[in-house]
Amino acid sequence: MDLILEGIKKAFSLIFTLDAEVLGITLLSLKVSGLATLISLFIGISVGTAVALTRFPGRQFVVSLINTGMGLPPVVVGLFVTIFLWRNGPLGFLEILYTPTAIILAQAVIATPIVTGITLAAIQHLPANLRLQILALGATRFQMVWILVKEAHLPLLAAVMAGFGGVISEVGASIMVGGNIKGYSRVLTTATVMETSRGNFDVAIALGIILMLLSFLVNALLTQIQQRERPR
Amino acid sequence: MTPQDPSRILLCAEGLLIRRGGTPVLDISRLDVLNSEVLALIGPNGAGKSTLLLTLAGLLKPSGGRFLFGDRQITDPFAYRRRVAMVFQEPLLFDATVFDNVASGLKIRGMGSAEIKHTVLGTLDRFGIVHLDRRSARKLSGGEAQRTSLARAFVTKPEIIFLDEPFSALDPPTREGLIGDLEKILSETRTTAVIATHDQTEALRLADRMAVMNGGRIAQIGPVAEVMNHPADGFVASFVGVETVLAGRVVKVSDGVFTATIEGGQEIEAVGSVLPGALVLCCIRPEHITITTHSGHTKTSARNVFPGKIRKVTPLGLFHRIQVDCGFDLAAYVTGQSLDELSLEEGKEVTTSFKATAVHVIPRQSPPPM
Repeated sequence: MDLILEGIKKAFSLIFTLDAEVLGITLLSLKVSGLATLISLFIGISVGTAVALTRFPGRQFVVSLINTGMGLPPVVVGLFVTIFLWRNGPLGFLEILYTPTAIILAQAVIATPIVTGITLAAIQHLPANLRLQILALGATRFQMVWILVKEAHLPLLAAVMAGFGGVISEVGASIMVGGNIKGYSRVLTTATVMETSRGNFDVAIALGIILMLLSFLVNALLTQIQQRERPR
Repeated sequence: MTPQDPSRILLCAEGLLIRRGGTPVLDISRLDVLNSEVLALIGPNGAGKSTLLLTLAGLLKPSGGRFLFGDRQITDPFAYRRRVAMVFQEPLLFDATVFDNVASGLKIRGMGSAEIKHTVLGTLDRFGIVHLDRRSARKLSGGEAQRTSLARAFVTKPEIIFLDEPFSALDPPTREGLIGDLEKILSETRTTAVIATHDQTEALRLADRMAVMNGGRIAQIGPVAEVMNHPADGFVASFVGVETVLAGRVVKVSDGVFTATIEGGQEIEAVGSVLPGALVLCCIRPEHITITTHSGHTKTSARNVFPGKIRKVTPLGLFHRIQVDCGFDLAAYVTGQSLDELSLEEGKEVTTSFKATAVHVIPRQSPPPM
């Protein structure tokens, strides 16, 4: 019990004194997971919308793949991203293994199917005739897709929350492709794992609290927007 | 189908064919939409009204057929869609204010914001919803939402507006108000409109011509009164409210009046040019049948008088439907007041009468099914 209380005390002291190392780790986590979420939003919304609006042979199979991808184990993603980025791997020439860029890449791979799946469901849940109504208003295909995405913006906020929540708390892939290098590729989750294994529970608890706070703040903000605009 | 004056034809569809799973769901040899007319498409669910409307609006590509808009063939559906508009059964409003919803078609066309404001406010005023301009579309009642949807369609000044059962989801008073306003706006703007409905009273109020659809085909098209009073076949007759359709054979013809024996051996007199021996369907609208309770005492000029017994009384709002067993079934409408005055109830003996001119005659090719 003392261990926990001590940990919490230390945590708050690290947070309120703006400890340089903790601050650096926190900012890097936000940057990496934020960028990964942005990339996943760009790809996920495009692919999800395209699959929702088109009919092609094998579509069911593609939808099943996307749904399966929503639960991709981060360790497996970490493994394959590592293999791809390995010196002799297909993307080895990029020389980004054990860099924050590699973590962004791995986290984007984890978040993209989540965003794609939620977008697909959101667009499919719009009224069936809405697409025809938009075309009847004189819209081009591009305008039609843009208006549909705007109409689905509330469930898409859920996609942002799920995507960001999924990657900021993920550890397996980050540690495998980022290497947890101090001051360079160390993020909140990888640092927590390391400090716990060293027995530095106070620092680990501090990092854990920051991680939860970050996750809570981002989700609270998005929930606020979502609930304000929710149909009554 | 009577040929139309070519100069009045705004949209002409020829040889329209749509198949689903190999089965034709729409098969229209020719349909003309005339300039400034309101054409009602009526028919039961699944008759193909919505499919035809979507096809005419350029939203559904037929597997065969061609369209002429004015005197030009439509080759670019996108350009065509910018000249027409469509309103669906559900309002399908965007998650925005009433103003932004109505402005959407204009924004899509790239109109400037000052012009949009002027145009949208004018249209909102016309539809009686200018006070709702800043309200979120989510907070509208059903009637307000459908008004917004109609305003969104009219604001682009379409050359033809297609309306797919726009009132069917509304409660009767709201529907009544909206139909009245649409009637006024259509007549003021002289906008050509094609409206799909399964409610013949809507068609009667709004339409100049009526097309009755069945099984993806147009069973009859013509001026509303003509279709209502002279249905081309039994299906059209039953759909446009002719509740009594009797199959018979002409036994006597004299001076334009003929006598036909119907099922049960009774004789009906009607007006029409038919030959003795011809098979006919005699159609009688319920509002053309008179019911009296004093058999033989009431003088009537009606040639057809049949005593009978009331089989069923069904209240229909303003009217009551009286089904009388005269050896064959006759359906008549009476007001609530008449029902009370004549003490009409099930089992009561009454006399029914209708004029020879009230019988619409449809020639039949084959003997009536027994």
